[in-house]
Amino acid sequence: MSEPIESPPRLVLTGITKRYPSVVANESVDLTVRRGEIHALMGENGAGKSTLMKIVYGVVRPDAGYIRWEGRYETIASPAQARRMGIGMVFQHFSLFETLTVAQNIALALDTRMSNAVLATRISEVSERYGLPIDPHRLVHSMSVGERQRVEIVRCLLQEPKLLIMDEPTSVLTPQAVRVLFHTLRNLAAEGCSILYISHKLDEIRELCDRATVLRGGKVSGTAIPREETNDSLARLMIGSELAECRLEPNKTGEVMLAVRELTQAAADPFGTSLADVCLDVRAGEILGIAGVSGNGQKELLAALSGETLTAAGSIELGGRPAGQLNPAARRALGLTFVPEERMGRGAVPPMSLASNALLTGARNGMVRNGLVRTDSMREFARDVIARFNVKCGDERSVASSLSGGNLQKYIVGRETLLKPKVMIVAQPTWGVDVGAAQLIRQALIDLRDQGVALLVVSEELDELFIVSDRLCVLARGRLSPPVRLADTSVEQIGLWMSGQFGAQAGEEATHAAA
Amino acid sequence: MSPFVPMVQSTVVAATPLIFAALGETIVEKSGVLNLGIEGMMLVGAIAGFAATLATGNAGIGFVAGAAAGTAMALIFAVLTISLQTNQVATGLALTLFGIGLSAFVGHDLAGMPLPGMEGVTFPVLTSLPLVGELLFHYDPMVYGSIILLIAVMWFLERSHAGLKMRAIGESPAVAHSIGHPVVLIRYLAVMFGGATSGIAGAYLSEVQTPMWAEGMSAGKGWIALALVVFGTWRPGRVVLGAYLFGGVTVLQLFAQGIGLNVPAEFLSMLPYAATVVVLVIICRDPKTILLNQPASLGRSFYPGT
Amino acid sequence: MLRLEPRTSPSHAMAIASPVIAAVAMLVTGFLLFRLLGKDPVEAAYIFFVKPLNSSYGLGELLLKATPLMLCALGLGLGFQANVWNIGAEGQLTMGAIFGGGVALWLGDSSTWWGLPLMLVAGVIGGMLWAAIAAWLRTRFNTNEILVTLMLVYIAQLYLSYLVHGPWRDPAGHNFPQSRGFADAQTMPLLFDGGRTNWGFLFGLILAGALWFFSRRTYAGFRLQVAGLAPAAAAYAGFSEKRNIWLALLISGATAGLAGICEVAGPIGQMQQQISPGYGFAAIIVAWVGRLHPIGIVLASLLMSLLYLGGESGQMSMALPSAITGLFQGLLLFYLLAADLFITFRLRNVRTTGQPDQAPAAPVAAASSGGPGATPLESSP
Repeated sequence: MSEPIESPPRLVLTGITKRYPSVVANESVDLTVRRGEIHALMGENGAGKSTLMKIVYGVVRPDAGYIRWEGRYETIASPAQARRMGIGMVFQHFSLFETLTVAQNIALALDTRMSNAVLATRISEVSERYGLPIDPHRLVHSMSVGERQRVEIVRCLLQEPKLLIMDEPTSVLTPQAVRVLFHTLRNLAAEGCSILYISHKLDEIRELCDRATVLRGGKVSGTAIPREETNDSLARLMIGSELAECRLEPNKTGEVMLAVRELTQAAADPFGTSLADVCLDVRAGEILGIAGVSGNGQKELLAALSGETLTAAGSIELGGRPAGQLNPAARRALGLTFVPEERMGRGAVPPMSLASNALLTGARNGMVRNGLVRTDSMREFARDVIARFNVKCGDERSVASSLSGGNLQKYIVGRETLLKPKVMIVAQPTWGVDVGAAQLIRQALIDLRDQGVALLVVSEELDELFIVSDRLCVLARGRLSPPVRLADTSVEQIGLWMSGQFGAQAGEEATHAAA
Repeated sequence: MSPFVPMVQSTVVAATPLIFAALGETIVEKSGVLNLGIEGMMLVGAIAGFAATLATGNAGIGFVAGAAAGTAMALIFAVLTISLQTNQVATGLALTLFGIGLSAFVGHDLAGMPLPGMEGVTFPVLTSLPLVGELLFHYDPMVYGSIILLIAVMWFLERSHAGLKMRAIGESPAVAHSIGHPVVLIRYLAVMFGGATSGIAGAYLSEVQTPMWAEGMSAGKGWIALALVVFGTWRPGRVVLGAYLFGGVTVLQLFAQGIGLNVPAEFLSMLPYAATVVVLVIICRDPKTILLNQPASLGRSFYPGT
Repeated sequence: MLRLEPRTSPSHAMAIASPVIAAVAMLVTGFLLFRLLGKDPVEAAYIFFVKPLNSSYGLGELLLKATPLMLCALGLGLGFQANVWNIGAEGQLTMGAIFGGGVALWLGDSSTWWGLPLMLVAGVIGGMLWAAIAAWLRTRFNTNEILVTLMLVYIAQLYLSYLVHGPWRDPAGHNFPQSRGFADAQTMPLLFDGGRTNWGFLFGLILAGALWFFSRRTYAGFRLQVAGLAPAAAAYAGFSEKRNIWLALLISGATAGLAGICEVAGPIGQMQQQISPGYGFAAIIVAWVGRLHPIGIVLASLLMSLLYLGGESGQMSMALPSAITGLFQGLLLFYLLAADLFITFRLRNVRTTGQPDQAPAAPVAAASSGGPGATPLESSP
């Protein structure tokens, strides 16, 4: 890349440092983005990618360092200023207001005021030009995650940005939708817009990006031209070692331990997804993976399985017994344990100690006698979890909120594992967790399966499901696809199913394939 | 003369302070802040308005003083909850208890002194119309002020860009912050507006409705205003409708006593409070009604971080 | 420049120091206030805070007034821990007094040994019933307990007013709205000679111990705390929200009812229109200043009791309106809430480097819940 530089690069960061009380998020980070370039910012969870991007977008101020924009030193004081300069950002967790319409949402982020009619026309123009169809008058809460992302992108494009920041944009998309997004991004880049693409997905980066800057522990660990690298070489830059792999050996399955029979359930939350005719079986000694983009009924299905919402008695069976009307505590008594998606505040009580957090779900395992808490056995259990799952913390008296996301997740998975389940349900097992912890958690799930536990894993990460599952289903718009053996399917087919296209034909195919 | 005209007139007068307080709280809650201190702000507004009117002889100055006192109270609440992240429920309760104490303390020597009350507005021709004139064009200026406030609040929430911003902040302060809206500033303004209207509501009690000062004279009207916001599902038009309904209930008991209904006065006085409970039950019965209408961030602190 | 930043873990020292800081700040404000009013602040402080405690009778009064505050606050504190906002202890106290007092009036002059225990039980039941209305409406109809318990205060007070003006009025009482006095057997035994402190104070201490045990050692207490600290975690663990709400409201109703009967069967000795100068509301502050912890609540109730005595003393000796007590109560809670900020935050001296003309801290988005008890006005399902 030694082309003559007629004009200064679009964005140059020099020595950017940002410290928080407990961590240094960025330390002396240098980064250069050229015109019309798709530049990847890589790093695993917690490497400091998001903080760096918030600095560029004016949400966070750096403690030290310089930002040069088109050759001029700038202090970016606010998102509004960033937008005026021509920086647009698509957030990972969308910055949309659910109860407002698309047009209202966009109006809120525009710095120039225009009439509603003009705005609606502009939205339609831009969305047509880039192949991102959206209806300006729809309420956001009625839209799918993919559609919401389109709103965010259109919102940025209306400002004719010179630099578009995309934070982990593909985690909410089906593989097919990813294709469409990449097409849009390449078009944009061809028009001269620079794109800063934040991700930890190596395949995507190698396919899409011109150059990459890699962050590790808040520092730049290297730069690369992704097309010239392999996944392994990129992984080494990102995590400092090779990607370890879990292996799923064939395993004998036993009885059906968890069954869902024709579960149809209207959502309690007005913005939720209703479940329609969901059927599934999980046998002892297998892992059933449930793929799909969040917001397609995952929350509702998990609540129905855990007992937080009650359903018709026969619609859920645990170990052959009807359980639809049992509350979570009663289901635990039948051998169910559950790792929820939200760790802080759901899977654990943030201001309580790890020992008390053991009691949260462990009352049945000798921690309560005659209604009195047995502090000793509670603490002993917590120490056991900490030791066996390599949880990095002070000791069992440390409060849950003092642990990092990965360590807390290890603690929760460990707790639910050591409660000796017959059935275990896990939601997003490694979401936001660093590579090392993710590997340990996946292995723990596989070990449980090998010991004859029935596991149901709900995840947004297809890669992960392809590692840990024996069979896969897809949840889309509240309906569950038929299960398919891992060997008989492909990312493409699952991707197609994720958009809801599994009719009778798909079912047949699956049955056929499974036979 | 039939009791109809005076009943309507008393209803309107009884509803007016509730309208001021409840519309103000609607704005506050739309921004995501729950201020349980209306009762306290009303009382402080009542004594401030009363004292200012007593000193100057000018009811208008009284209302300005009431609004200012209510705003000052709200500012204490805003500093604590918005800047210092204190629990909104506890702080609102503290504001009410503080307001009760402060107003009683300041008004110690003013209890029982009379004020002349406020004269009605005279509209040319209209006021002298039979029936219509008496029903609609016979009130003090604040009654018309409350209608103007309703229109202004409706316009602000539904039509203005600033109103859209505020609703967005009430929905999700984190998102609003991330796209660069001044959450803290807007919440301060909303809370202070609520303080001003509560202060006016209090001043209305002591300057027009009674008109005199007595300790704890708001007698739960601040809390009823809070209930009205829920009853109106955070929509200004319905909130005002609710206020008139409650005004009607209050007046009904007075008239029931007047026509010699043989029910002890205490039971009739319970009516507005019992009605509040009943109304809340009806509205809250279906959790979805609340979920769909309540600002999503209501009552939660927002920490903008560093 | 100084900057607020979150602590990595909450400060225990601050949690204990903050009520002390709040009390000192309240005293300083009082000092300034007295000066503003043209009173000698030193003398005023003496009259307000020292003189009431100068005699053994005064000390007895301190315990006497602390009793209803302590009883109400212990129950409320338990509820607040569980995010159940019973702010109508005043109403439950009134109902307790009505139920217990009703029994006393029914017993008349009889001097059975079971009269007083029956009154106490009736008082407890009265308070519980009144709180149960709120619990039922909250669990069955999703109706916010803050507003319901508060409305029930007004209804209970009006009901009491009706009783003492009507059916219970003492025919020989010169038309005063009060009942005849309770017989000796229907009055609380005194704790010491030469004062008015009765067994109620002892009940308060026993209750404090019992609630401490309940919170610290029982599984039910643990479930209540989880419900308050992380409602989603309570749902995940399968702790019934309804059971917690019922438990919290019934216990706080019971203690408030006990406070009510202890007042009418104690220092008041009859039914009358006003039986509490707002103890039920002041107890909210007591619970908070006492950190929702039984021992803290016992101490805080003594402090609050002193504010009442000081108010009376100031009224007598310096012609200050007794409402000053309410003023101090409000200030105390304000200061406490503000000082509590430093439990989770700290001030740090930050040197700004790097970019020139850098303005202070631009924020990063994060919504934090307001600690235990951030609750929207409406209870969600």
